[in-house]
Amino acid sequence: MPAISLKLNGRSVTAEVEARTLLVELLRERLGLTGTHVGCDTSQCGACTVHVDGRSVKSCTMLAVEADGREVTTIEGLAAADGTLSPVQAAFREHHGLQCGFCTPGMVMSATELVRRNPGAGEREIREWLEGNLCRCTGYHNIVKAVQAAAQTGRG
Amino acid sequence: MQNFGFQKPRDLAAAVAAAKKAPEGKYLGGGQSLLPVMKLGLAAPSELIALSGLAELKGVRVEGKELVIGAGTTHAEVAASAEVKKAIPALADLAGHIGDPQVRNRGTLGGSLAHDDPSADYPAAVLALGATVVTDRRRIAADAFFQGMFQTALAPDEVITAVRFPLPEKAAYAKFPHPASKFALVGVFVARGAGGVRVAVTGAGPSVHRSAPLEKALAARFAPEALAGVAVPAGGLQNDPFGSAEYRAHLVAVMARRAVAACG
Repeated sequence: MPAISLKLNGRSVTAEVEARTLLVELLRERLGLTGTHVGCDTSQCGACTVHVDGRSVKSCTMLAVEADGREVTTIEGLAAADGTLSPVQAAFREHHGLQCGFCTPGMVMSATELVRRNPGAGEREIREWLEGNLCRCTGYHNIVKAVQAAAQTGRG
Repeated sequence: MQNFGFQKPRDLAAAVAAAKKAPEGKYLGGGQSLLPVMKLGLAAPSELIALSGLAELKGVRVEGKELVIGAGTTHAEVAASAEVKKAIPALADLAGHIGDPQVRNRGTLGGSLAHDDPSADYPAAVLALGATVVTDRRRIAADAFFQGMFQTALAPDEVITAVRFPLPEKAAYAKFPHPASKFALVGVFVARGAGGVRVAVTGAGPSVHRSAPLEKALAARFAPEALAGVAVPAGGLQNDPFGSAEYRAHLVAVMARRAVAACG
């Protein structure tokens, strides 16, 4: 089995994986990081969104072996070591950007890339950017408000 | 998903050598088409040969009257590229509306063309702009590259290295996306340049194709009004739960008008 090493939420990790292992399977089943969710498993819903080298990707549609040598950040890696929420996480709490919470890790990871790349993003850009993340509870309104508030702080 | 061997060659020559030794193998670009197909069991390659990280497939540059984009360039990179925005803004716009941001961060130009989904966006641009697909061994004109549903002129072990787009005078793409997948229910790319007026249609038929009636009308007069009353035949177009052939034929004309209007 191929051996891979990556930086995961700031820590070095090595693992032996089958070639067919998806990145999300490595994260959830092997490494116990169950904050990354699997919704549709067909790269449409975005619940499995993580960052690879700072870019958001759908971890159900990337092989774990392709993460070899890369930096991967999951929802567990966003808050500071003392538990202080990231600006996007804090904004989701403040603006009630979630109900059941299933889509939330993916929403937060996706929004974090937007806010870092495009601070000050407006409502239209936010709605366009979140096209790859589906929420079945909120109607998106408070999610967009949360991301807008985080975007105004200029920090992801 | 059935297991497979995985190789990450250091350079293009090593990638092609690996593919020659694996007749049931496949190249892996960004995986945004191939992995879903493998998860559905519709493809089960013995070997995946990863092209990510090959320096030969990277880069965007203008050479004379052509924009050259490396096959390994992601949709997000094309959409954000200052060179592409300046040379062929319609192409940057098209790349920025493929799938969603996460798909655009992984998916590549070469991967999209090699997969040749009948609803993919890039084939419309390549065909309408009369681009040349460059591989590890030859150059293939767009008119000869697309050969039918998921069928291209590529040999099984052939790698797309770059695409050369002639700079058009005017070009624009208009698509009516499926609301969930963002694939084109119908997408029309219109271009006017040294090769005359070319109109390529994706999503509507079993394969990307040029539209003779639309090209004829626009060659006479390149304006949205020139398309009034031009009939797009529904024969041979897709008929599925997303839309009838007649509906798609109607959309082709509407998207073509919008694309021409967007050319300014």
